[in-house]
Amino acid sequence: MNSRGLAYAVAAGVLLGLTVLAFNVGRFPISPGDLWGVVTGDASARVQSVVLQVRGPRVMAAIVVGAALAAAGSAYQGMFRNPLVSPDILGVSTGAALGAAAAIFFTVDTLVVQLSAFAGGLAAVGLVYWVGSRLRRHDPLLALVLTGVVIGTLLGSIIALLKYLADPYNKLPAITYWLLGSLASVAPHDLAAAAVLALLGLAPMLLLRWRINVLALPDDEARSLGVDTTKLRTLVIAAATLMTAAAVAISGIIGWVGLLIPHAARLVVGPDFGRLLPLSMLLGAAFLLAVDTLSRTLSSIEVPPGVLTALIGTPFFLWLFALARRSW
Amino acid sequence: MPAGNRKLVMLKARSLAFGFPGRTVGRDVAFGLAAGEVMCVLGPNGGGKTTLFRTLLGLLPRQAGSIELNGEALESLARTRIARLAGYVPQGHAAYFAYTVLEFVLMGRTSHLGVYAVPGRQDREVAERVLESLNISHLAARPVTEISGGERQLALVGRALAQEPSLLVLDEPTSGLDYGNQVRVLERISRLAESGIAVLFSSHDPDHAFLCAQQVLLLAEGRALALGPPADVINAQTLERLYGVSVRVLAVEGGGHTCLPALRP
Repeated sequence: MNSRGLAYAVAAGVLLGLTVLAFNVGRFPISPGDLWGVVTGDASARVQSVVLQVRGPRVMAAIVVGAALAAAGSAYQGMFRNPLVSPDILGVSTGAALGAAAAIFFTVDTLVVQLSAFAGGLAAVGLVYWVGSRLRRHDPLLALVLTGVVIGTLLGSIIALLKYLADPYNKLPAITYWLLGSLASVAPHDLAAAAVLALLGLAPMLLLRWRINVLALPDDEARSLGVDTTKLRTLVIAAATLMTAAAVAISGIIGWVGLLIPHAARLVVGPDFGRLLPLSMLLGAAFLLAVDTLSRTLSSIEVPPGVLTALIGTPFFLWLFALARRSW
Repeated sequence: MPAGNRKLVMLKARSLAFGFPGRTVGRDVAFGLAAGEVMCVLGPNGGGKTTLFRTLLGLLPRQAGSIELNGEALESLARTRIARLAGYVPQGHAAYFAYTVLEFVLMGRTSHLGVYAVPGRQDREVAERVLESLNISHLAARPVTEISGGERQLALVGRALAQEPSLLVLDEPTSGLDYGNQVRVLERISRLAESGIAVLFSSHDPDHAFLCAQQVLLLAEGRALALGPPADVINAQTLERLYGVSVRVLAVEGGGHTCLPALRP
């Protein structure tokens, strides 16, 4: 096996190990034997229900959300020719946050909150893209990023206003809780919907994996090589946005994964998107699963994973940056 | 290329005007470039050389006139078709990510691939052959971010050659190269033309036109000052008008010319 194959195998092995471990820790530990029992149908009703209704969805949600955020981050970093870009650059998370905050403000229905977050994420990127592509006198990428930043700030201030106006005893904590991210209350059907949407976003990325490399070149060069950059960029933005919005709708805001994981993966397999994407997804899934497992076992109250990713992510990122001799 | 043969005109421009929205950079440019021929564009900084090249490649919409590539109107050609006909070597490349030189050259194969395809064995063979012809096979596994400027220039040429084009457009291919590498690039240009490729390149050194071009286009303030064989076009008067300095053009014993600027006291 070559070193690249080894990297995939190790990452997949770590993810598998973490999955078994994640079931094994917590208030109701599920041993690997119990897990096997669920597969064969020999487990007790109690074990069945914990695995299928409670821990299973949560573990799967961590895997799906982590993989989706890392995939979107990989695509965005290549496309924006900038390794410091995260999936939030065009406002998908802020839009989703505003959607969720508005929904919490007016209702109590979780499904409405999720749908509103999803729609908010798509709408924010749609707006940024629409405005950005109208600023024709400037470099298209710069126009997009700049529009993303200013519209993100605008949406952020509307969220602040909603928090200011929200009932401080029940609505405000709910908004704050959502903004910190959590996988604690993901229901099986929410997870299934998010997973399907994320796969829909993943498909074009996989199919266009070679051309996405060419998109990382300066615009003139990519076009002189035969790539319709405007069309391809629109498609990649749509795919990455769909993945991110689907993930954020069930998890709330979870930072760092989309920024950090593509870096780590690129250091191992290089920037070629066809090799980067699978490793990014494996590492993203493993990272978020580890963080979520820690977040529910560290103390009697859950540490929000959105906080833990930053607590773990910051030193890890700096260490990686200091360690990396070669450029991205 | 035997003289007198009817050569295929690869690139033809007629009363071309080019520039940016609201700003015309150049106008009334006309020329024809045949297969196996080398044309050098000379002109001062900001004279419109890069803008002309970008327009000729369809990267910038033209403002007036017409462009024909391989006998077809440029605007009727799809991006992938243009990419299969014309390779572009831009002026320097800012490398953002550490693609290997081989991967970088393979990107030149994109226009030969289906939309969802990745480069296959044949593409790899083309890329490896190109690296070999440029004597940079040893760089294949090196990241483009870690090689020297001259090596990156060669990698850019390699990427354009991997397109297997009939026309090669090089924007100041010798800029930033040491003397030896400049000569090597000019040798490469001559050899590519011998293999039947039409080559269009720009330079800041009139000697480069003498060394390897059959035609030279002098571009000043957006207009074609002169067009023709270097020996007819490059002289003290035209260089004075082009660059505002006085230069003597000397015939060299054994054939050829060279330019010698006269420094004012």
